[in-house]
Amino acid sequence: MTRTLIAESQLRRGRGRLVYGLLLAGVLVGFTLIFIGPLYWMVTGALKSGTEIAQTPPTLFPTDPQPQNYADAWSRLNLAKLLFNTFYYALGALLFQLVLDTAAAYALSKLRPRFGNAILGLMLATLMIPAMVLIIPQYVTVIDLPLVHLSLLDSPFAIWLPAVANAFNIFLLKRFFDSIPEDLMSAAVMDGATPLRTLWSIVLPISRPILGVVSIFAVTAVWKDFLWPKLVMPSPETRTVSVGIYAFSGGTPMNIVVAAAVIAAVPTVVFFLIFQKSIVSGLTAGGLKE
Amino acid sequence: MATITAPRPDVQSARPPISARRRRGRNDLTGYAFLAGAVFCFALFSWYPMVRGVVMSFQRTRRGVTTWVGWDNYSRIVHDPSFWTAWKNTLHFTVLALILGYAVPFFVAILLNELRHAKGYLRALVYLPVMLPPASALFLFKYYAYDPSDAGLFNAVLKLLHLPTSQWMQSSTATMPAMVIASTWMNMGGAVLIYLAALQNIPGELYEAAELDGAGIWRRIVTVTIPQTRLILSLMAMLQIVATMQLFIEPLILANGAGTQDSATSVAYLIYQHGFFQNDLNGAAALGVIMLIVLAGFSAVYVRLSARQD
Repeated sequence: MTRTLIAESQLRRGRGRLVYGLLLAGVLVGFTLIFIGPLYWMVTGALKSGTEIAQTPPTLFPTDPQPQNYADAWSRLNLAKLLFNTFYYALGALLFQLVLDTAAAYALSKLRPRFGNAILGLMLATLMIPAMVLIIPQYVTVIDLPLVHLSLLDSPFAIWLPAVANAFNIFLLKRFFDSIPEDLMSAAVMDGATPLRTLWSIVLPISRPILGVVSIFAVTAVWKDFLWPKLVMPSPETRTVSVGIYAFSGGTPMNIVVAAAVIAAVPTVVFFLIFQKSIVSGLTAGGLKE
Repeated sequence: MATITAPRPDVQSARPPISARRRRGRNDLTGYAFLAGAVFCFALFSWYPMVRGVVMSFQRTRRGVTTWVGWDNYSRIVHDPSFWTAWKNTLHFTVLALILGYAVPFFVAILLNELRHAKGYLRALVYLPVMLPPASALFLFKYYAYDPSDAGLFNAVLKLLHLPTSQWMQSSTATMPAMVIASTWMNMGGAVLIYLAALQNIPGELYEAAELDGAGIWRRIVTVTIPQTRLILSLMAMLQIVATMQLFIEPLILANGAGTQDSATSVAYLIYQHGFFQNDLNGAAALGVIMLIVLAGFSAVYVRLSARQD
């Protein structure tokens, strides 16, 4: 490890060691309180009864836990359906992105058709356009597709297809493909492999790490999105879980709403705990280095 | 970004020109076939809407009939009583979020980079809120943290520390800081991890040399850490301005949209209001174009400033 702001030797000696120990303990306790504390409050708060939640000072542990709140949230908001919808949209967006964005990045990196760089430039330019600016014309496009005059409202394609237009993921994939040595590719071409075959049996197996990072981004983006699914999935049967909770929040007791919010967050937290290593290293190493 | 413009190794130059050209043509076709799906999606959901947004902002559709109306939509949207309030609030949020959400992740990254223990745990901890659906996290803040009575988490903590409690979302002055705190908690993890990556690239000799010159910790941060991460710092500032200018879900969930005395109305919320409640998609599109121009202005200033530094 290279040296950082403070030298290793300074931290080992008497006073430095003491200060370091105190700092470490402070950071561990402080960060746990700041980042896990609210989550603990949320999970236990949703277990409290309506009267207990209004009590001052608030109780640290629910005195009379009401698991019924979670069961109520599950049935009243039809969370099974909402979670299934969200999962279905996320999975479809992931598949569409893996197939189409990988193919596009491969073409831009290895096949390099004429005007390829211009197309890449136009794709990257969309990163400069804030989502909010495009939301109205995108919505107008989705409710009445040009030429064919179809509406995609309440259709999963309204989430899947716009998800493919993700310049950041194409950029990540292309940059990774660029680093694959040309020799490896030309050997395959010599052997008469088609571009599809080369992509499938040479490029993709090497690219597993970046495919993992892109997949994680693709799934979490759909799970976290709010305004777009709210606009294009107006029916109660097609809503995502975030939108469903919001729609119910008006006339539902707050403990039930928070219990539903906890349930909606569980899949992402579990997902994070499983893929935590690749997420953190993907962001620190693959993110914006250079 | 060097990879985008990397010179293409010309493997075909040694071959006879005619077969090379034929080969090139076939390669092009295969290339376009691989690109087709993504290009279709970009065209339909990014490039076309970009043009359409501008076109729409000069039109008006009534009962299915679309006519050109010049600057009417712009003048209507500028005269909306909430227009200037929304801009004031949005810029207020951007500035506060820049102070809190920009400096804090940087110093958290410096701190985490110095700690030799529990590295994985602390990095995961900071990033955890980023994974939560914003709607979930914001309901937590709305109901349990920003409860204006003393039963709320924040007021209970303030009371414990013998500090004055706050009405949070019920107070027009506390609304903005409350939205900034919630937003920073939810979003800072990404910035921390990106700064950490940048910090790890600083050569250790620079710190050594500074220390030999008698520079203390703070001076080393100012003379080594900040200059060495300048590029990523300024890029993140730009990205953060773009992100915070789109403030939407915080006012929608925490403040039910407008908030106490319009203290939460944001430009993005006004776009949503006009487009979907006032049946004024054209006015909303015009406001979108105004927002784009303002952000382009920020980008121009950014490019200018970063060009001057080099």
